[in-house]
Amino acid sequence: MSLYRDEGVVLRTQKLGEADRIVTILTRRSGRVRAAAKGIRKTKSRFGARLEPFTHVDLQLYERRSLDLITQAETLRPYGERLVFDYPRYTAGTAMLETAEKLTPIEKEPALRQFLLVIGGLRTLVEGGHDPRLVLDAYFLRSLAIAGYAPSLEECARCGERTGRAFAIAAGGMVCGSCRPPGSASPAEATVGLMIALLRGDWARADSSEPRHRLECSGLVAAYLQWHLEHGIRSLKHVEREAPSERSGRPRDEVGRGVSEEPSATVEFEREAAGFGREAPERAASFHGMTLNNDHE
Amino acid sequence: MYEGVVQNLIDELGRLPGVGPKSAQRIAFHLLAADPADVTRLTEALREVKDKVRFCSVCGNVAEAEQCRICRDARRDTHVICVVEEPKDVVAIEKTREFRGRYHVLGGAISPIEGVGPDDLRIRELMQRLADGEVTELILATDPNLEGEATATYLARLVKPMGLTVTRLASGLPVGGDLEYADEVTLGRAFEGRRLLDV
Ligand SMILES: [Zn+2]
Ligand SMILES: [Zn+2]
Repeated sequence: MSLYRDEGVVLRTQKLGEADRIVTILTRRSGRVRAAAKGIRKTKSRFGARLEPFTHVDLQLYERRSLDLITQAETLRPYGERLVFDYPRYTAGTAMLETAEKLTPIEKEPALRQFLLVIGGLRTLVEGGHDPRLVLDAYFLRSLAIAGYAPSLEECARCGERTGRAFAIAAGGMVCGSCRPPGSASPAEATVGLMIALLRGDWARADSSEPRHRLECSGLVAAYLQWHLEHGIRSLKHVEREAPSERSGRPRDEVGRGVSEEPSATVEFEREAAGFGREAPERAASFHGMTLNNDHE
Repeated sequence: MYEGVVQNLIDELGRLPGVGPKSAQRIAFHLLAADPADVTRLTEALREVKDKVRFCSVCGNVAEAEQCRICRDARRDTHVICVVEEPKDVVAIEKTREFRGRYHVLGGAISPIEGVGPDDLRIRELMQRLADGEVTELILATDPNLEGEATATYLARLVKPMGLTVTRLASGLPVGGDLEYADEVTLGRAFEGRRLLDV
């Protein structure tokens, strides 16, 4: 029984008793933690909005046998505050949080890469430079990659042949003509190209993709993700696509306003988040075969 | 585990919101020890509430008739609708005496992570009420937390083509809390200072 400090992203809150909440947080050092926040639903609560979903918080917790207790919370970045006024971005963010929870099934097992990925994904959503559904699909693909399930996109998942024309979920991605199991999908070449771009963080290419290829990409990625998770992502069907006219490509000017100073260990933060920006392909490739257990600092 | 009927009672109580297994057990043993007349009154109250109370066909508030007391009241302003999540929010706002219009109870907030989308709330009913053009202002009084805010965003965007005045309760309501816990003064002030929503 002791006090400990960590930072994390609030994934979910549930009501507990009269005025308390159970807060699920993906932390930098301790993985996914469920903790109680006392009196938080009272309007005069000292926690205020700091423990709302999407908030990147600096926390002090009291370790207990059952549910840890949150004793202090300071906002590092209030992502939710900005996402909530843009419905397609908000719903994409929600699917991200739900997936992060499902990808960290064991409480307190360190999951640093997943933490950094969520932070990077939320920041990219808030910045508003890309179609939110593309950001979500990029997050899904990269999450699968760090869990060791990156789909094979540039060669046959079965035999390694360089010509993959069909997508077979159970086989692990693209397959060649001779390995192709019955019932596999035949996505457009541009759709596969989009998936590769999203996995690598090649945004110039992803941003210039056509709506029909984005739609096909989302379908394949969602099916692939849910097959590996063995659970559905409930919020996925509520994710709204941005109307093409809403897509502007320019970063929104409100970015950064009201955001507090940089969180600790900014370097790492920037690095992982950069995967959502422009980063060399080998970075994505280096994720292959890594499991969440390798995340110890 | 206790014998059949006692355990049944504990299980049933434990399904109530905010009642954990320990509290369920405590309530069950309180009832076992209570005066039979007290328990009869409780069972009567439970039966009555299920028999007599239903949801207002117009606004979704609790009602003892086809329509609730507020929707039947001819003195209420028919040009303004205040949208809330739950019937208990109607009670909280009524206490402020700031609002003379009518309500629309959504039955919750949009919460994709809990599987609650716009179609699971009484949003279609709201759109029907707005269709004839009599309502000119919509006050979005969903909870001042993330889900309430997201629901307000969704609604504001949905009704935008209708050209209504859409307002949101002013800050002063601390973010992160539940509307039902706001004191009357704060809630009243939030009403007076409601801001225009433009999405
Ligand atoms: Zn092959
Ligand atoms: Zn009514």
